[in-house]
Amino acid sequence: MRAFAELYAALDATNKTNEKVEALAAYFRHAPPRDAAWAVYFLTGRRLKRLLESAKLWQWATEESGLPAWLVGECYDAVGDTAETIALLLPEGEGEAEGSLSEWVETRLLPLRDLGDAERRRILLDAWRRMDHRQRFVWNKLITGAFRVGVSQNLVARAIAEVSGVEENAIAHRLMGDWEPTEEFAARLFSRDTRDAGISRPYPFCLAHPYEGDPAELGPAAGWLIEWKWDGIRCQLIRRGWLTFLWSRGEELITERFPEIAALGGLLGEGTVIDGEVTAWRGGAPLPFAQLQRRIGRKTLSARMLAETPAALIAYDLLECEGQDVRERPLEWRRARLAELVERAAAPGRLILSPPAPAATWEQAAVLRQQARARGVEGLMLKRLGSPYRVGRKRGDWWKWKIEPYAVDAVLIYAQRGSGRRASLYTDYTFGVWDGGQLVPFAKAYSGLDDAEIRKVDAFVRRHTLERFGPVRTVKPELVFELAFEGIQESTRHKAGIAVRFPRIARWRTDKKPEEADTLETVRALLGRAPSGRGSGEE
Amino acid sequence: MITLTDRGLYCEAGDFYIDPWGAVGCAVITHAHSDHARDGSRLYVASREGAGVLAARLLPDAVIDPLAYGEVRVRHGVRISLHPAGHILGSAQVRIEHRGEVWVVSGDYKVEADATCAAFEPLRCHTFVTESTFGLPVYRWPPQQAVFGEIDAWWRGNQAKGKASVLFAYALGKAQRVLAGLRPDTGPIYLHGAVARMTALYRDGGVPLPPAAYAGTEANAKREDFSRALVLAPPSAAGTPWLRRFGNFATGFASGWMRIRGTRRRQAVDRGFVLSDHADWPGLLSAIRETGAETVWVTHGYRAPLVRWLSEQGLRAGAMDARFEGETAETAAEESAP
Repeated sequence: MRAFAELYAALDATNKTNEKVEALAAYFRHAPPRDAAWAVYFLTGRRLKRLLESAKLWQWATEESGLPAWLVGECYDAVGDTAETIALLLPEGEGEAEGSLSEWVETRLLPLRDLGDAERRRILLDAWRRMDHRQRFVWNKLITGAFRVGVSQNLVARAIAEVSGVEENAIAHRLMGDWEPTEEFAARLFSRDTRDAGISRPYPFCLAHPYEGDPAELGPAAGWLIEWKWDGIRCQLIRRGWLTFLWSRGEELITERFPEIAALGGLLGEGTVIDGEVTAWRGGAPLPFAQLQRRIGRKTLSARMLAETPAALIAYDLLECEGQDVRERPLEWRRARLAELVERAAAPGRLILSPPAPAATWEQAAVLRQQARARGVEGLMLKRLGSPYRVGRKRGDWWKWKIEPYAVDAVLIYAQRGSGRRASLYTDYTFGVWDGGQLVPFAKAYSGLDDAEIRKVDAFVRRHTLERFGPVRTVKPELVFELAFEGIQESTRHKAGIAVRFPRIARWRTDKKPEEADTLETVRALLGRAPSGRGSGEE
Repeated sequence: MITLTDRGLYCEAGDFYIDPWGAVGCAVITHAHSDHARDGSRLYVASREGAGVLAARLLPDAVIDPLAYGEVRVRHGVRISLHPAGHILGSAQVRIEHRGEVWVVSGDYKVEADATCAAFEPLRCHTFVTESTFGLPVYRWPPQQAVFGEIDAWWRGNQAKGKASVLFAYALGKAQRVLAGLRPDTGPIYLHGAVARMTALYRDGGVPLPPAAYAGTEANAKREDFSRALVLAPPSAAGTPWLRRFGNFATGFASGWMRIRGTRRRQAVDRGFVLSDHADWPGLLSAIRETGAETVWVTHGYRAPLVRWLSEQGLRAGAMDARFEGETAETAAEESAP
């Protein structure tokens, strides 16, 4: 446990990727396999679910501290993180948390799920009293989840590659999908034998960066494959060993939620992996994402729902073909094989080859991008011809060129403290637009300002608080911000009668007075231009 | 005996202010940080130990009446004396006695030992005016020897990578305390100009400090090899071109705020070291308890929680809205902030 807490502190102490990889590699070199498996499990963002209600954690920590609940609450406001608040609040333990990470997890953490409260409380207090605050923080994090130590799955893969001498892509592949943090898993993970791909295992997804500039800077359009950016669930459809698996980008196995897609597996050859987008599809066009989302929410799928909201896979890349990993082949090669395969499967309306957008020049592409909203897509994807299928979000070969967001000027009316890195600063804002001389709250936004701007707004909030309601401050309506958002729809749950998607601060309009902000009427006028509601896409 | 006015904490009976933020006739100064010592007053009363740094911080024509710790000045029948506050060199608590009633204004203080200034002196009083910069139970300082050990290990680690170690610490007080805690045999120590000026005043005041060289002008700096060095610089130097001369370097920040992960990560520094010249939560409570005061006024920092806590312990406590800042959390803060 001590070694893992030290690893955590080392990762937390640096922003530099190389140093993080170094710290990880140093840990893996010495960790027993079971510990390494658990460390990988936690560092790649997996968590133990439903160990304990956080209310109980709070209650026992408050009792142990001997402080009144309000003061513990004040501490949380300053710290912004449950695990850390508890770690700092209690006096230092003896610093003797002996035993390995796996012992602590397997003999103390996992049993929390099934034990009675008295026994759970005993385990927690015993741990807290023995640990120093760093160990205690990591221990609490194992319970509450959300590590946020700036380590991605790829970084972990790099460190393992360094220790094992196996190529990074192969390790990244081993980390995908479903696995249990056992000794056997660790042995496989670090193994030099690379003929191992588990049969259900997806490849790491290649992710696109948003494109902000003028596409002419990318060179001639003829060097690029231009496709629609579909608004669905990014998936890999895998056919291996006569079985079919459908994985979402969130590494969730969703084969059973989409029986019509699963059925496509039988039409594919052995050893095939397709990258594509699952969308609701009818009459040759996508249905709004919200409809697909309704399907995802259901435990059982009725025949009616399957008929009303049929799903299709829009295929855009081929990662494995006849059992061979073809990710290093150029994009055109993979596309051509994919086209043959889709044709052979002959499942129109179910398995669709992602059509190129009809643009031969960047000017034509720009026009199509403007029409994206009406077509029910999010914009365009630009993929460099000749490029391999990369791991993760690498710049240069794949770009998403999304539609310009909607923009509205709104006034800051409420502020709340942030959490984590922004604890103790007012960073969570609610903005209002004018409705008959009143500002009605219309969107919340948490991102878009840089640190210097955040400090200025924070100082403004502190000096111009009108009222406090718990953690929320009402501020003098004075600051105007341009908010950007992706979608807008009617909502009965919001005071303004509308809900917007992905709102964020585009810029601080220091040049505008609050009375120059937009009105609810102008915001509502955007409703007419939007396609009907949609939810969250994967990418 | 003391009231809050628009120019600061005022003692009407003795007609003087303590750490005023406006220009006044007589200003009794707790210490030389800029949120406590401001220009424009006719007369400054300050501790003898702190008079040197105070003079350096105020305009050249400021008139300072130095007072030894414990020495009494009487103004209109009010007895004024200064007592060590343990914050920085010359920092003082102001004890005021009038017709048998005793008030103590703490200024900024810490109860932990500090090799560069006199130790905090507990004083009995009826009313205690305290700071509360770190007035929450999550603020507990690790033993300073452990922190100095961490700094040394970080320094050695950077040396092994051929990197200079740039450690940000307030130019007045914190930088000298860190300097006193460094191990000079680990490697050469350099100072930013602002730190060097204050360090010279500390040496003048007889505070023993390890040798350290001025990091110098750009021309000088180019000739030096900083790869084994530790550089003490004010937080305001973070992210400035001044740092380029050190080539490959790692940065650290010594501040009580580094106790909180979010604040630590918000700074663009590689390492945070938890080291403060303010009292932590247990320090505040023990200092308040030892005064025996029945009434406590809280001037700055986490005011509301401390006031409520003390009220629940049966004391009379209230907030006094003073324009003091305590320790700021940001490296980007003004150099002059304490």
